[in-house]
Amino acid sequence: MSDLLEIRNVSLQYDQRDVVRDVSVQIEAGEFFVIIGPNGAGKTTLLKSMTGLHRLTAGDILLRHRSIADYSRKELARSLAMVPQHINAEFPFTVAETVIMGRYPHLGLLAVESKSDLQLAEQAMAFTEVLHLADRRLGQLSGGERQRVIIARAICQQSELLLLDEPTASLDPAHQLRIMDLMERLRKEEQITIIMVSHDLNLASAYAGRLLLLNEGRVAALGTPGEVLSSETLEQSYGCRLHVDEHPLLGTPRVSLLPDKSMATGST
Amino acid sequence: MTGYRPVYIKLLMVMLVLVPVLLVSISLGLTIGSSGDFATAWLSLTGRGEPDATLEVIIWQLRWPRVVLAATVGASLALGGLVFQALLRNPLAEPYILGVSGGSAVGAILGILAGFGFFPGLALSSFAGSLAVLLLVLLLSGRKTGSSDSLLLGGVMVNAFCGAIIMFLISISQSGQMHKIIFWLMGDLSAAGADSLPLLLGVLPCFVLIYSLAQPLNLLLTGQDNAAAMGVNVKLVTPALLLATSLMVSLTVCQSGLIGFVGLTIPHILRLTVGPDHRILVPASILTGASYLVVCDLLARSLPAEGEMSVGIVTALIGAPLFIALLWRDRR
Repeated sequence: MSDLLEIRNVSLQYDQRDVVRDVSVQIEAGEFFVIIGPNGAGKTTLLKSMTGLHRLTAGDILLRHRSIADYSRKELARSLAMVPQHINAEFPFTVAETVIMGRYPHLGLLAVESKSDLQLAEQAMAFTEVLHLADRRLGQLSGGERQRVIIARAICQQSELLLLDEPTASLDPAHQLRIMDLMERLRKEEQITIIMVSHDLNLASAYAGRLLLLNEGRVAALGTPGEVLSSETLEQSYGCRLHVDEHPLLGTPRVSLLPDKSMATGST
Repeated sequence: MTGYRPVYIKLLMVMLVLVPVLLVSISLGLTIGSSGDFATAWLSLTGRGEPDATLEVIIWQLRWPRVVLAATVGASLALGGLVFQALLRNPLAEPYILGVSGGSAVGAILGILAGFGFFPGLALSSFAGSLAVLLLVLLLSGRKTGSSDSLLLGGVMVNAFCGAIIMFLISISQSGQMHKIIFWLMGDLSAAGADSLPLLLGVLPCFVLIYSLAQPLNLLLTGQDNAAAMGVNVKLVTPALLLATSLMVSLTVCQSGLIGFVGLTIPHILRLTVGPDHRILVPASILTGASYLVVCDLLARSLPAEGEMSVGIVTALIGAPLFIALLWRDRR
């Protein structure tokens, strides 16, 4: 298999603070790759740097063996789509108008969409099950619906890589599963590579092929969920008590929180 | 598919309404006035009826430059408001409120005092003034371009400061070329002359540039990082838009003085009627802004029984209450 994306000794500063320190990862085509780690570990910064939004202080990021700095913005957007945590919904675009904006990197100067662009937008909306919301305004949607609209827009961008920043944050369990299943289907059916930042260790464990655990900007662990999710490694990075056992149905690692209170009641 | 209509169909529909509106406004601007009644003027304009030399001179030497100036100023201010609102993601941003118009006026007055000719000296000093204020306001509002309060507060203060400088400069100069203070502070189109019209052509490349960046403007509305990740070269597009807007505003302000709220009123009404797509809003703002200021100027010179008032009074009477209403809705 060939490397799709190579992060080579990348360091990044933000407000004169080292946020990412000497991170090296190779991501292969068709992977489901999840970045985990405590708050402030540099997860989102690392993810955003893959779209060329941050200037690296050291190292390089290569997409198909070519530095992303050498890509034009439109060219990069054709290979790589970002699903941010929030998008501004203050201006009243409809869902359909929002999704079809994903075609921008494929259009000419005046950005006039053709019939095939329209069909792609429809397919993307059908895929994420928001077609029935097409003429609603973005501001009128629930959090889960809005997230699926943004994902549809990213699919409409027709890139081979999808970057997602905590797509399941603040969603109820049903919507969390719906988003994660959607990603897994995209990976299997459309051969799209998924790179995701997540705080939910159990979702990460259930879906990810490989995990990257970041702590204070450094790689703390990298590998399959079975290799990364051990209570020792996790406790070292997160600085709290975490219990890891095998999920009785999935066979993947299961992470549970251990509150001090329950320890107290358990001992009496 | 519902929720989406191809952009060219929308554009065609909007043009079919707005182009006739502009033509009617211009015809009204040319035919209504203190000399000659409407019917005679109309006949003279269309080349029928008795040739009336005086009336023709009035129409073509006096009213025509004034109508062209009003249309260009209106179009530039409306488009300027639209661009600032999108770039700053703030529906209350506007060249006058941000102080950018004030900066151009100060630059223009300094240019006159320094004895510059109209082109390139005066145009450049006016442009420099607007750019200086734009940078100052952007700095004052900090990196968080979404925060309404600091942006507006910064703009209001800069605007007040520019007003004070304008009054100061005019009161210390005995120069006869300075017109009246009111010309600069309230905006006035009565100084329009045929000689200043060629400079107005300078706004056309700005219109074209901004229209070619209409889709990036749409994407920028959802956030800068977002737009960049979707293929917009933000580092190139943002300065290009700010420069084009400042240039267009300064070219018109140095001939019209400060006319407020056009950039607020027009984009706001258009967003409510034709939606948020800038591929429609850019041409629509140009046409509507032009029609609007031609009509406002017509009101300014025909409403008072004697003489005329500044067109800035008319636009402020309409625009300021709208601004307050928007601010009110925003706070709730």
